[in-house]
Amino acid sequence: MSARPRAGRKLAPYLLVLPGGLWLAAFFLIPTVVMLSLSLQSGSVEEGFRLTWRVSTYTDAISLYHTQLVRSLTYSAVVTGLALVVAYPMAYWIAFHGGSRKSSYLFLILLPFFVSFVIRTVSWQFILSDQGIVLGPLKSLGLLAEDFHLLATSAAVIGGLTYNFLPFMVLPLYVSLERIYPTLVEAASDLYASKAQGFLRVILPLSLPGVFAGVLLTFVPAAADFVNATILGGPGTTMIGNVIQTEYLTNLDYPLASALSFTLMAALLIGVFAYARALGTEEVLEVSAA
Amino acid sequence: MTVLEEAARREAPPQTPRRTRRWTGWVLPVYTWLVIIYLVLPIMVMIAFGFNDTKSRLNLTWQGLTFHWYRDVFSNAALSAAFRNTLLIAVLTTAVATVLGTMLGLALGRYRFRGQGGVDLLIFAAISAPELVLGTALLSMFITLRVPRGFLTILVAHIMFCVSFVAVTVRARMAGFDVSLEEAAQDLGADPWTTFRKVTLPLIFPGIMAGALLAFALSIDDYIITSFVNGQTETFPIWVFGATRQGVPPQVNVMGTLLFLTGVGLAVANVVALRRRKL
Repeated sequence: MSARPRAGRKLAPYLLVLPGGLWLAAFFLIPTVVMLSLSLQSGSVEEGFRLTWRVSTYTDAISLYHTQLVRSLTYSAVVTGLALVVAYPMAYWIAFHGGSRKSSYLFLILLPFFVSFVIRTVSWQFILSDQGIVLGPLKSLGLLAEDFHLLATSAAVIGGLTYNFLPFMVLPLYVSLERIYPTLVEAASDLYASKAQGFLRVILPLSLPGVFAGVLLTFVPAAADFVNATILGGPGTTMIGNVIQTEYLTNLDYPLASALSFTLMAALLIGVFAYARALGTEEVLEVSAA
Repeated sequence: MTVLEEAARREAPPQTPRRTRRWTGWVLPVYTWLVIIYLVLPIMVMIAFGFNDTKSRLNLTWQGLTFHWYRDVFSNAALSAAFRNTLLIAVLTTAVATVLGTMLGLALGRYRFRGQGGVDLLIFAAISAPELVLGTALLSMFITLRVPRGFLTILVAHIMFCVSFVAVTVRARMAGFDVSLEEAAQDLGADPWTTFRKVTLPLIFPGIMAGALLAFALSIDDYIITSFVNGQTETFPIWVFGATRQGVPPQVNVMGTLLFLTGVGLAVANVVALRRRKL
């Protein structure tokens, strides 16, 4: 081989990385640092903000809004648990008994992604509305009290979040289950393992990377979501995302807003990296991407 | 296990269920279909109520079948402008993010270089950070630098969050990449650019297409990040979100349906094209 391509080969990866890497640095990395700095500034929109290292913004933010922060994490934990319970049997059946129609099932599961996230949530608002297609008939039959409502309750918000993030749970579970050779399960049964033992000691452990990836892909966006809480929820279901949006766009209290956003990010990222470390980022990314 | 054995395993007919599995035989398929119906239900509702003959802006109860809203789909000027913005931003985002993301994916999948771990980590962080954080961080920077927010800031943001997804998709395609193919081309006298065009590109093309489709879908759909950087400019999801207070007009259902059909059509076309290539 000639010397020229070899010299080019040394430089090539850097040239390839440069534009995309710079874009991510300029519009993701640096903004995050700016957000951290903004959270330590004080001032107002009229007078401008100066860096004063006011750490108390953080303690203020948490004492003011710990209810919403805790509520977000709780909702998200419930949503992740629900999604896991709903998704696992389905992913299992498609992976082991889907036969030649596996990709058709996956396509059906992906269909919601072809409809805008906001419209899907509006659709649920419509389905769950007080006199809508579900509650209306039940009320006219007298099965439910006239004043029974689902909208503006925690149940509606949790239901909407579970719906919206369910495919993110199914897909990684499916990928990890599909990789398991059925011969392994047969081997277990040849060694006199019962069906339940075969599942608990062979399939379940081998599907754990999928469980991890699914939990990650569901928990993080659900905790930071505010679309479901706005459209399906009420005053009692405000999540931390709603607070952050209001502080940034309505109250214009930028230091407080950035402090809240940074706290949320730190909490979630620490969790994510602890998670990824236990497993290796490669595998999580691989399963999530596939 | 060899490739052939692997193929045989996949081709093999499913094992006949044993006698003992009386109930498991139908419980799981029925369950799967119920979940699929649950997933598809809101889409059906959206499509159906695009045909609802409602008189007012409130589109909540069934009033009878009409095609009126398909004729008048662009009768609401603000909604139409928002829809146009969304399509334009999605097309531009897809073009830029696909190029940048493919380059990143190629570098990560094809080469070993210093700083690779750092780039990996950056992409991993950008994908796993919640959208809320991406949006607020960008907004913080735009506020600090006094950048006016509008069409361009939305575009910049969309390219940012799409690049990493394209990169991961292309890199996944590089996983089974055989470097000797490139070397063979160069041994036969192809220059690096020709090698890339004639050997590398066709091999990773399905990955690039998948990444581009993903970028397009992500951009069209985005509400959260856009809501922080849009200023006065409206996109389709932003307009719909704003309309939820007063009631969403049927034109939104029509536009949603058209986008849905376009997306499904494109995805099916991509799959069919891939199958053809394999045959």
